[in-house]
Amino acid sequence: MNDFADLPVWAAVLVSVSVLTGAFVTLVGCIGLARLNNFYQRVHAPTLGTSFGTALILLGSIVYFSLAGGRLAVHEALIFVFVSLTTPVTLMLLARAALYRDRAEGNGDVPAPAGQDVEVGKPE
Amino acid sequence: MSAAILFWSLSIAQFLLALAMVAAIYRLIKGPRAQDRVLSLDSMYVNAMLMLVVFGIRYGTTIYFEAALVIGVLGFVGTGALAKFLMRGEVIE
Repeated sequence: MNDFADLPVWAAVLVSVSVLTGAFVTLVGCIGLARLNNFYQRVHAPTLGTSFGTALILLGSIVYFSLAGGRLAVHEALIFVFVSLTTPVTLMLLARAALYRDRAEGNGDVPAPAGQDVEVGKPE
Repeated sequence: MSAAILFWSLSIAQFLLALAMVAAIYRLIKGPRAQDRVLSLDSMYVNAMLMLVVFGIRYGTTIYFEAALVIGVLGFVGTGALAKFLMRGEVIE
């Protein structure tokens, strides 16, 4: 345990509020992951953690290391850029895979592939 | 004063992140299907990454930052490969 590099109190409060809010937002996202009803609702919930939770915790880390080290430390922004770029890609892949599986097994009320629902609504 | 504020707030933040991992583990065990388990594994990657960032602030070192970056990269690759496997039945065709 370090001695937190005798930060001023306002900086400690700023880091604390940012990290605590980020952790709480991440917890809310994971509770949503555990409690929501079907997969297509659940796939939205953890993105709270990957967007606002990650941004706030990394902001706290940037403020702490900048003030403790005496120079600007923005290397945490690398994690934020990477996570915010890759999370939509992976979750869209996963949602498309789930949609494919539900369509292949014919369960649930998932929408039909594009081009087939036109035939349903067409009058004879 | 500021050391006490930082100690308690970072401890509480780590406790909240651990609770988030418990919620993800609940979904990982309960299922009901494979895509739910892959989704909860992805959110556990993110939680572990944030937990390591908070450890880095707590111990005042940047070594944890590199571990968090590696976990982020591995989470992207792992979830992408598992989604591809669910979609096609193979990862590399």
